[in-house]
Amino acid sequence: MSDLSHLLDAEPIVATAGTDMLADSIEQQGSAVSRADWRPPVPGTEEALAILAADGRTRAANETAVARMLAVRPQLVDVTVARDVFPDMTDRTFYHAGPPITWERASGPMRGAIIGAMIYEGLATDPEDAEAQASRGDIDLSPCHHHGAVGPMAGVTSPSMPVAVVDDKAGSGVAYSTLNEGLGKVLRYGAFAPETIERLRWMDSVLGPVLHAVLLRRGPIDLQSLIAQALQMGDDGHNRNRAVTSLFLRELGGALVKGADAPVEQRAEVFRFVDGNDHFMLNLVMAAGKLGSDAASGVPASSLVTVMARNGTDFGIRLSGTGDQWFVAPAPPVDGLYLGSFTEDDASPDIGDSTITETVGLGGFAMAAAPAIVGFVGGTASGAVRRTLAMYEITVAEHPMYQIPMLEFRGTPVGIDAARVVRTGVRPQINTGVAGKVPGTGMVGAGLVEAPMECFTQAVNALAAAVR
Amino acid sequence: MIARVEIYPGRYHDSVRLMQVSKALQNVDGVADALVAMATELNLSLLADMGFDPATAADAGPNDLIVAVRADGEDAIAAAHTALDDALTHKVAPSGGLDAPDPKTAGSAAAAIGANVVLLSVPGEHAFVEAMEALEAGRHVMIFSDNVPIEQEITLKRYGGDHGLLVMGPDCGTTIINGVGLGFANAVQPGSVSMVGASGTGIQQMCALLDDAGIGVRHALGTGSHDLSEAVGAAATLQALDALEEDPATDLIVVISKPPADPVADKVRRAADACTKPVVVTFMGETTLEDGAGEVLRALGRPPAEYGSWAAPNDEHRPGFVRGLFSGGTLSSEAQFVAAPVLGAIGRHDGDEGHAFIDYGDDEYTQGRAHPMIDQTVRLERLAAAAEDQAVGVILMDVVLGYGANADPAPELAPLIERAVERGAAVVVSLCGTRGDPQGRDAQAEILNRAGASVYLSNAAAAREAARLGTTRSPA
Repeated sequence: MSDLSHLLDAEPIVATAGTDMLADSIEQQGSAVSRADWRPPVPGTEEALAILAADGRTRAANETAVARMLAVRPQLVDVTVARDVFPDMTDRTFYHAGPPITWERASGPMRGAIIGAMIYEGLATDPEDAEAQASRGDIDLSPCHHHGAVGPMAGVTSPSMPVAVVDDKAGSGVAYSTLNEGLGKVLRYGAFAPETIERLRWMDSVLGPVLHAVLLRRGPIDLQSLIAQALQMGDDGHNRNRAVTSLFLRELGGALVKGADAPVEQRAEVFRFVDGNDHFMLNLVMAAGKLGSDAASGVPASSLVTVMARNGTDFGIRLSGTGDQWFVAPAPPVDGLYLGSFTEDDASPDIGDSTITETVGLGGFAMAAAPAIVGFVGGTASGAVRRTLAMYEITVAEHPMYQIPMLEFRGTPVGIDAARVVRTGVRPQINTGVAGKVPGTGMVGAGLVEAPMECFTQAVNALAAAVR
Repeated sequence: MIARVEIYPGRYHDSVRLMQVSKALQNVDGVADALVAMATELNLSLLADMGFDPATAADAGPNDLIVAVRADGEDAIAAAHTALDDALTHKVAPSGGLDAPDPKTAGSAAAAIGANVVLLSVPGEHAFVEAMEALEAGRHVMIFSDNVPIEQEITLKRYGGDHGLLVMGPDCGTTIINGVGLGFANAVQPGSVSMVGASGTGIQQMCALLDDAGIGVRHALGTGSHDLSEAVGAAATLQALDALEEDPATDLIVVISKPPADPVADKVRRAADACTKPVVVTFMGETTLEDGAGEVLRALGRPPAEYGSWAAPNDEHRPGFVRGLFSGGTLSSEAQFVAAPVLGAIGRHDGDEGHAFIDYGDDEYTQGRAHPMIDQTVRLERLAAAAEDQAVGVILMDVVLGYGANADPAPELAPLIERAVERGAAVVVSLCGTRGDPQGRDAQAEILNRAGASVYLSNAAAAREAARLGTTRSPA
């Protein structure tokens, strides 16, 4: 092909990276220039980036991967019991958030949640007993992400817990999550108080069965449509789920009122519980995200991030093109606002699978949609908008359904490209809750955290090694 | 210690805001602990956990605001309430616009305006990734940077060739597209002559000569100093030549290159011969740019040109060697090509004895500083030294004008030229520029001339004059 007519027929439209002098001299001639605020890539990635650029498949691979991520149509089809959907789950198996972890290395909230779950399952009589068994290795720990599941904060999932089943209306995938307990002394924040255990028991005896029956009666609930509406009502899908929870309750309402399968007192309890928990939908938004994340996995040469997850000790990511491999770095502290008299000294490092929301274009990536929580980003709505805008630099697509009114309904930035992260030094930003570091404390605050660069540096090098 | 809990019914604020307000109260002197929160179930239990009496808020509900303060006295409680009012009524000035942050890569900068050309001057080791991204997005690339590995250049040019995209560079100093100069480029009049060149200053000199002869330029496509190497095989030169052959507004094509490896020269010659349009090939080292410009004029049916010159006020000078102080590599080697038959051996390095023409734009002299076309410091030092060096009789230097070059070079040089002339040396300047250049070509020439230099728009003419002066009064 030799036709360069689109170069030669008109004045050039130029973008520059490098010395300003060259851009200045084009402006001096009266032509517009777009300048990059360019900086060298993160040290240790230069060679890998060159290998990927020379290989030439990554761009198309990322487009394929993100298209698969965006093609899923998540719907809530059932609420059932963990042991029924996870074939590998024994009575002593506990799934958890983040990359793999051992009891020895587990963080305070992770240990607290495991202790709580052991008491809840009747495996331990008290916290000391639970700790003793766990430190003897009498339990099996496995990441939720290895089983098509996700869990917020500690993410601990045990055999008796009710789990939501989210499947793909447009495909064959399925993803699972626990149900959200609310705020305060809750298991996912590492609490194991009697009230915590009591709530979990109510959830498996009342909440789970009622939702199961209601869903059977009314049919699946389209989650993506609820999330899309909620972004236009001030949610980000991670730290604010008030609108989407309200919408969910409206979807549920008719069947819940009508349902004769459960006593009216129980149905009223379920209504009050969901209504009183602004984060009820978080887990379902996460399961919807997991569906997209799994769909995007396994595209050779793709540098698309399919998983970001933390266990309170490590922060881990996975790429579409590097299979099941985790790339981990120490979980960072959260820059947060604290409840009551808690301070950052009480906080555990970053924890939870809820970063699946950022992975699919929500949470920190949709901050511009959620003015109610701009306190986390310096208190101004424009600061929130700038945060979201910054994420377009490291993503490969704009979400066709998740739109931001403030940005003239531009789609949220979606599909994090690890190569762009190391090239630009711009790290994915995450909205998150903060757990107390002492087991049993519970929630101490909420705030912002950025994914550690080290994960992306490793991942890009591994991808380069894989394509070579 | 006093504990005080107050309830404000129906005063709603969002929880994130209130966490900030709580923090503001906790920072008040004398305040031990404070909670400002809506009276939700969670916050009521938090209130109890913090040691406040839950009974004080027994009647409060989720739409009521709790303000709980524990402090060392009434003054501190009052101060806390002042802080509360400040925090709750705090007006934040709109902080800047909602503009996107600056793009961080050439790709996103290009996407922001729909660029069709990406101009890279990032360090050579990083240029490949940016260039490949630009090509994959369907944009042409000019790589000003040097020190890009040759295999990366080959990969880029192969991709460009396969996808109808031109890769100008690496080490491409000059390109002009439809009159817009990228890199170091001169202001040209519109015209129907287009050129392809591996050498930036070669293109600039050709533009300057044609401009002086009244000939306009449509395009001047730089291909980078390595394009004519055997490894690269003139990939971009051939592609550009082909494109100019197809360009309806180009009537004549000029090809300029540094001395090519022979098989590559052959390939370019054959491609030029195959064009239906007239093509003037100027292989530096076999001919001069002045000769090339002459051929262009002939092909256009114009008479030969007398290129502008300003004679030195004083023709007397001390005997001595010719010292060439260049900023343009092609101008330096062309001057050697012209002067060597007259002067004999000419050195190329700083410190060489005898006649020596040195290209201070070469990597050897630019480590850690700007190119001498922009920053003349090194050449000013050498000019001052040559003025004092009794072995030097003639100083030859180029001054390159145009976009990207030093904004006003002549006044920096003039005092040193004056001094050299006072000391008895002759100074000859090859002034490479067009009438439209922002520095003002003729004004620059006059400053240099008034300082005592003879000034030539043709580099070959300047070299001939320097060689003549170097032999007519040669040292014993």
